[in-house]
Amino acid sequence: MTYIGAIGAAQQEAMAADPRVVILGEDVEANVYGTTGGSKQRAQQGDFVQQFGRSRIRNTPISEEAIVGAAIGAAMTGLRPIVDLSYSSFLYMAMDQFVNQAAKNRYMFGGQSSIPVVFRSAMFYGLATGAHHSDRPYPMFMGVPGLKVVAPASASDAKGLLRTAVDSDDPVLIFEAVRLWGTKEEVEDGEYRIPFGVARTRRDGRDGTVVGISGCVPLALEAARQMEARGVSCEVIDPRTLVPLDTRAIVRSVLKTGRLVIAEPAHRTCGAAAEIAAVVADEAHHALRAPIKRVAALNMQIPFNPVLEAEMYPTTERIVAAIEAVSADQLDTRTRRAGR
Amino acid sequence: MTLSASLDKDLLLEMQRRMLRIRLFDERASKMVKRGFIPGTVHTSIGQEAQVVGACMALAKGDHMTGNHRSHGHPIGMGSPLGPLMAELVGKATGVCKGKGGSLHLADYAVGSLGESGITGLSIPIAVGAGLSAQVMNEKRVALTFFGDGAANQGVLYESMNMASAWKLPVIFLCENNHYALSTPAHTVTGGRIVDRAFGFGMPGIRVENGQDVLEVYDAVAEAVARARRGEGPSLVEVMTYRFREHSEGLRINTDYRDANEREFWLSRDPVALFRAMLIERGIASAAEMDAVEAEIAQEVEDCVAFATESPDPDRSVAFADLYSDAYLLEDVL
Repeated sequence: MTYIGAIGAAQQEAMAADPRVVILGEDVEANVYGTTGGSKQRAQQGDFVQQFGRSRIRNTPISEEAIVGAAIGAAMTGLRPIVDLSYSSFLYMAMDQFVNQAAKNRYMFGGQSSIPVVFRSAMFYGLATGAHHSDRPYPMFMGVPGLKVVAPASASDAKGLLRTAVDSDDPVLIFEAVRLWGTKEEVEDGEYRIPFGVARTRRDGRDGTVVGISGCVPLALEAARQMEARGVSCEVIDPRTLVPLDTRAIVRSVLKTGRLVIAEPAHRTCGAAAEIAAVVADEAHHALRAPIKRVAALNMQIPFNPVLEAEMYPTTERIVAAIEAVSADQLDTRTRRAGR
Repeated sequence: MTLSASLDKDLLLEMQRRMLRIRLFDERASKMVKRGFIPGTVHTSIGQEAQVVGACMALAKGDHMTGNHRSHGHPIGMGSPLGPLMAELVGKATGVCKGKGGSLHLADYAVGSLGESGITGLSIPIAVGAGLSAQVMNEKRVALTFFGDGAANQGVLYESMNMASAWKLPVIFLCENNHYALSTPAHTVTGGRIVDRAFGFGMPGIRVENGQDVLEVYDAVAEAVARARRGEGPSLVEVMTYRFREHSEGLRINTDYRDANEREFWLSRDPVALFRAMLIERGIASAAEMDAVEAEIAQEVEDCVAFATESPDPDRSVAFADLYSDAYLLEDVL
């Protein structure tokens, strides 16, 4: 199943399982993005409007602040909304509601509010959509205590994490990389949940740890495959959720390998990679045999021209270069041993 | 016949009780700020009691309300007991928000108060969401949101009014027009009349010119509530009123931004005094009965201050609770 198909399946299961679940968003009724019905597997069941009715799946006006605020209010009074905000760059219009209501109400009101609401948005980077549609803003939201931040990198994770998000009594922001929408993975048919705060080890290794986030996970896996051929065995870890962050799994891996590269599509400054690097420096400094390397987007805006745009984000080559840099001593040894 | 004409004596006296609670609670809170018993500042609703109580009394049990920084009157108007509210202002463990909200962020879910907001206009779409859940869950409840003439110039109000109107949600947008956004006269920053903006969204707009008369406010809001409950959608009610004190307690503004004649005009329209006189004049209650009601509320306020004073400070651990529903996440936080 594809990543986007898995999201559609999770939404359908959640809607069918609980009448309190509703879907709000721009263009959700017509299934414009393919997550509200109509995929090949579910075509015979009809779209969500036919299955669940217009009361529970609603096209919204283009009013992000009201959409987000109303979803919070609906969550505080009995519903469990899934909000499709389409582009992640559109979240900024509703910043006041995210930061001052969603994140603060439970705390500020002494635990009186429950805010079971999921905000899905997609990062359209690398698709020649220009500066206004290419943002990867999840680190901004990691800096807001009270929100949960999820960045699935595969189809099966996308489905299981979305179900957990709908079950959560706290606001959850899910960031999807559009580059991953078409990627396929074996996905269980039935309902299942993946707990938050549990990283997935995508590949075992001995010589170095590569943490990949969102769209950088496939790149990290490819880089690890290339390095394996050169005698460097890399462990690839996908945290899957950034708040909560499975720091233990990352630290455990670095204690084993002694080297760390972190690859993510967000800007380098104050990104998820910066946070992970700080945690590892704090908790596993003694085990590090080389400096920690970040492979992130440059601190630059995104140009439209696809060739220029490609300059901005991490690539497999850049991840390989970073692994080479942290394993230079090892590569030297192996090169000598091979008599080259 | 107006809706208020059918109110019985008990309800009329309850209106006066709630107005008195707001008046005496806020007068006491002001003194406590001055003496340092309440940290920070408070924004009183003194002078606006009729506007608050007339609106809240038009709601029923199960309805929801959101409010703003001028915050104590709203939960009191909904019937919230005074003790936990005063304890919250002082920051005590027994506060309605465990001492973590303070004056600006009161909420009492037991009476439908979903939360006051320190950011102008922020809580307006929350009420739209409460209206949405009522509609989806097919419950006959309504939601009312209080905001001022200042918030009437925030874009989120218009996104919210449009959404509520397009979906016919049971929402009452209640603009408390006290004529000033802090020191800025509303007419200098507002194009046209706020009430007329309802027309653009296809909803009724009602302006209560004498917002110092609790029954006039009640009638206007009760009609909007009835309409919302019938499934006919939202309304905008603009209530003209006046804040008798400064924007916030302790604030000193050297410029005399309010005209002396204007002040005098409004101060002579004290909603608590007006309603007392009306009840006596109409023979609904005697002066002695009204004196007894005033003494009763004065005692309630004494008791709430004593409750707040005697309550313990919150345990340090309280600061580290309630961020998430899952306790385990605290490991990440600390």
